[in-house]
Amino acid sequence: MSSDEDANDYFEYEDDGFEDDEMDQEAPVKKDYDVAYNVKTLSQVIDMQKKAIANIQTVLELDASTAAILLRHFGWNSEKLQEQFFNDPSKALTDAGLSPPSSPSAHTSPLLPPTASSSTPPRITRSSKRVATPATTRSRSAVSIQTSFECPVCCIEYPAASLSTKTLALGCGHRFCRDCWVEYVVGKIRTDGESAKIQCMENGCHRIVKGSLIDQLVDPDTSQRYRKLLNEAFVSDTATLRWCPHPGCENVIECSQAPPRMLNQIVPTVTCGCGNELCFGCGFAASHRPVLCKLVKLWQKKCADDSETANWLQANTKECIKCQSTIEKNGGCNHMTCKKCKWEFCWVCMGPWSEHGTAWYQCNRYDEKSGMDARDSQAKSRASLERYLHYFNRWANHELSAKLDADFYKNTEKKMEAMQQSGNLSWIEVQFAKQAVDTVIRARITLKWSYCMAFYLKRNNQTELFEDNQRDLERAVENLGYLLEQNPEPDSISKLRADITNQSAYVQKRHDILMDDTLKGYLERRWEFSVDI
Amino acid sequence: MAALPKRILKETERLMSDAPPGISAAPNNDNLRHFDVTVAGPDQSPYEGGVFKLELFLPDEYPMNPPKVRFLTRIYHPNIDKLGRICLDILKDKWSPALQIRTVLLSIQALLGAPNPDDPLANDVAQNWKEDEKAAIAQAKEWTRLYANGE
Ligand SMILES: [Zn+2]
Ligand SMILES: [Zn+2]
Ligand SMILES: [Zn+2]
Ligand SMILES: [Zn+2]
Ligand SMILES: [Zn+2]
Ligand SMILES: [Zn+2]
Repeated sequence: MSSDEDANDYFEYEDDGFEDDEMDQEAPVKKDYDVAYNVKTLSQVIDMQKKAIANIQTVLELDASTAAILLRHFGWNSEKLQEQFFNDPSKALTDAGLSPPSSPSAHTSPLLPPTASSSTPPRITRSSKRVATPATTRSRSAVSIQTSFECPVCCIEYPAASLSTKTLALGCGHRFCRDCWVEYVVGKIRTDGESAKIQCMENGCHRIVKGSLIDQLVDPDTSQRYRKLLNEAFVSDTATLRWCPHPGCENVIECSQAPPRMLNQIVPTVTCGCGNELCFGCGFAASHRPVLCKLVKLWQKKCADDSETANWLQANTKECIKCQSTIEKNGGCNHMTCKKCKWEFCWVCMGPWSEHGTAWYQCNRYDEKSGMDARDSQAKSRASLERYLHYFNRWANHELSAKLDADFYKNTEKKMEAMQQSGNLSWIEVQFAKQAVDTVIRARITLKWSYCMAFYLKRNNQTELFEDNQRDLERAVENLGYLLEQNPEPDSISKLRADITNQSAYVQKRHDILMDDTLKGYLERRWEFSVDI
Repeated sequence: MAALPKRILKETERLMSDAPPGISAAPNNDNLRHFDVTVAGPDQSPYEGGVFKLELFLPDEYPMNPPKVRFLTRIYHPNIDKLGRICLDILKDKWSPALQIRTVLLSIQALLGAPNPDDPLANDVAQNWKEDEKAAIAQAKEWTRLYANGE
């Protein structure tokens, strides 16, 4: 089965008015660096599983629960499953946690487990009374079927007559009472969040508890929880699917054009049916274009690690050249001792204190080699920090602006109302202002990430072109922002309107140029980074 | 206190009447879910000759959840930390409700006979064990003599 074919003939995307029609099917792609994708609702995701299961059921002539367990074991790769199953059905079944249908244990119900393997931790037989000698399964069950059964987990005894109603064994034959099964399965689902891989209660038995049995055993609420967990496992096991990360949205994005190996050349930004953007590559809950997923991750980690570092630069401190920890000068004495590594040095020349002899309070060694080397290494670490802060501050500035978006919209709306009244404009005629705000916000997100990009770019001609584009966009956005802040005076409204509309178009153009050039640059391998991507 | 489940009563009974060699486990008079345990160090191990005290507690969810076990005697072992906590798969994700107190204690005894520095709980001990096994074993013997002498 080809999942792509499936997607087209079976799972139509319901247009809910948020999307371009293009998103419906894997329609012609706009740009080389864009990916085709579908937005699927939760029920469509459930249908995808049902359809895959039904297909395997037919092809391999199995029941639905067995087909589901096999598919889950093979990561929902139907082709691989069929191939392995045709090669060696009993191995495929055993690997997936099912014994082959021909095995007698699937139909008979031996009361005792097969003797545990003698591998590592020592296992002992549970009830020596009943394990006389390792007899064959047949004779053992034949004997014990007459007598009562003691559940190995709760030790409650069940008369032979109630065996079929009160007790239960999976295909492996390990029998326990129904009450214990219920408690066990409910605990696995509700406490451990397990679903597809719930195994037999017997120690070391990998037999999977089928979904059909779980539904019989548990209450409707737990059953619902179980199904939800299965869906989650299905999506996370399927490389071409990803949940929308936006709160309250249950949609799933399907995209086959952004496997991990492609993420060093594309940034697969997609728009969910809920109207929000996300990155299909890493699940980031917004667009992080034009920066590659991996760089975003590195950047976020760096920002978290260095937040303290950034603080101490503001303060009047120096770094210990031995351990890089921060030292604050206290009092007038130049003899400093690092609190952390106990390195003693001179505050003025940064050289080792041991070379200062008795020249307390005054340093005349500023040109000595040891001091110069120390200052050098300090300067280097400062320079790299300064460089980081240069990009970080710009990045953070746009991040902060984004937090104020709501205010930006509100203020603009007020101005739009004023323009409608004083300038005698219609509602439609003042929409240009809101569109301009949208443009600014969008451009700021791109600018924000462009500073992360620039931080990791190696210095070369290409990088200079990138930074030119970045600067042009930055200026254009600033100008548009300025125009949007102006108070519309009745006699100048039409000019302001024309200016904003023009500047907005210009921002859009600069934005597209930066985005286009950067994203194409990946495909053309134009960018060189200071880290591995 | 709620009545003890039949399972726990049966296990206790059997532990008292027919304890595995080198192992003793008796419920505490105040709380029958709380066991005082001793495990003898296995022969041919650095813990040979030592008697180790442990405490074992059966949570309400037992046997659906594993018992909680901890060494009270200090022990130098890569899979047991300073607080006596034990790194053993059956006490965590490999627990099966078909396992018993008995099996758990036998597994712990087996762990003393086969330390596994590649799956460490006590990192410094595991490190020593890997770098200089001889010295680590000597240390384990020394601690056994000092702390696990049954006093
Ligand atoms: Zn039971
Ligand atoms: Zn089993
Ligand atoms: Zn969504
Ligand atoms: Zn990403
Ligand atoms: Zn230092
Ligand atoms: Zn000096």
